[in-house]
Amino acid sequence: MAVTVSIPTILRTHTGGEKSVEATGKTVLEVIDDIESRHGGLKARLVKEEKLHRFVNVYVNDEDVRFSGGLEAEVKDGDTLTILPAVAGG
Amino acid sequence: MGDVLRIRRELVDEIVAHARRDHPDEACGVIAGPEGSDSPERYIPMLNAARSPTFYEFDSGDLLKLYREMDANDEVPVVIYHSHTATDAYPSRTDVSYASEPDAHYVLVSTKDPDSHQFRSYRIVDGEITEEPVEIIG
Repeated sequence: MAVTVSIPTILRTHTGGEKSVEATGKTVLEVIDDIESRHGGLKARLVKEEKLHRFVNVYVNDEDVRFSGGLEAEVKDGDTLTILPAVAGG
Repeated sequence: MGDVLRIRRELVDEIVAHARRDHPDEACGVIAGPEGSDSPERYIPMLNAARSPTFYEFDSGDLLKLYREMDANDEVPVVIYHSHTATDAYPSRTDVSYASEPDAHYVLVSTKDPDSHQFRSYRIVDGEITEEPVEIIG
């Protein structure tokens, strides 16, 4: 499934400065692996111990994937993935 | 990006008032400004989804709406602020580990003292904290 992935500022070093990349995959994990094959280093910033890093939010269209399967969340043709680091602290 | 935070008096007042209102929970928010300008213009208080005196987090749905809105306006988060309610206005280890906007000025307000506040600004890049002067305009 062909999707558009929007990349936050802090991860654009891995995409040559691009703020948006095209990718394919049927799940969030497949999309991340697809991007990783062309822009190495991105996956390590997003995935830790086979789960989405807790400091990173990933949305498929308007939905935070932590409520719809995390890395296994389904992705359809034409979907938009948005990656946003959490804004948090203590 | 510059090594000083230039910010209008009324924006400082709004941030401090927000921190006082939410005390003893941490308050948090953003001041958006035009991309490339390094100029804080639009005050956007955010809900602290953690509602905690020692932790803050933007709700994930609010975060998406905020970034979409800023994107549509060609804005970026020039200032990301939050308050410390029992400690000084200095970034904690947690603040540093979460800091993911390399171009933002991280503003900290302390409301630990009911009669006075601390308002300080920092750059946090690659895990390193650099304090910067705050120049209040107007």
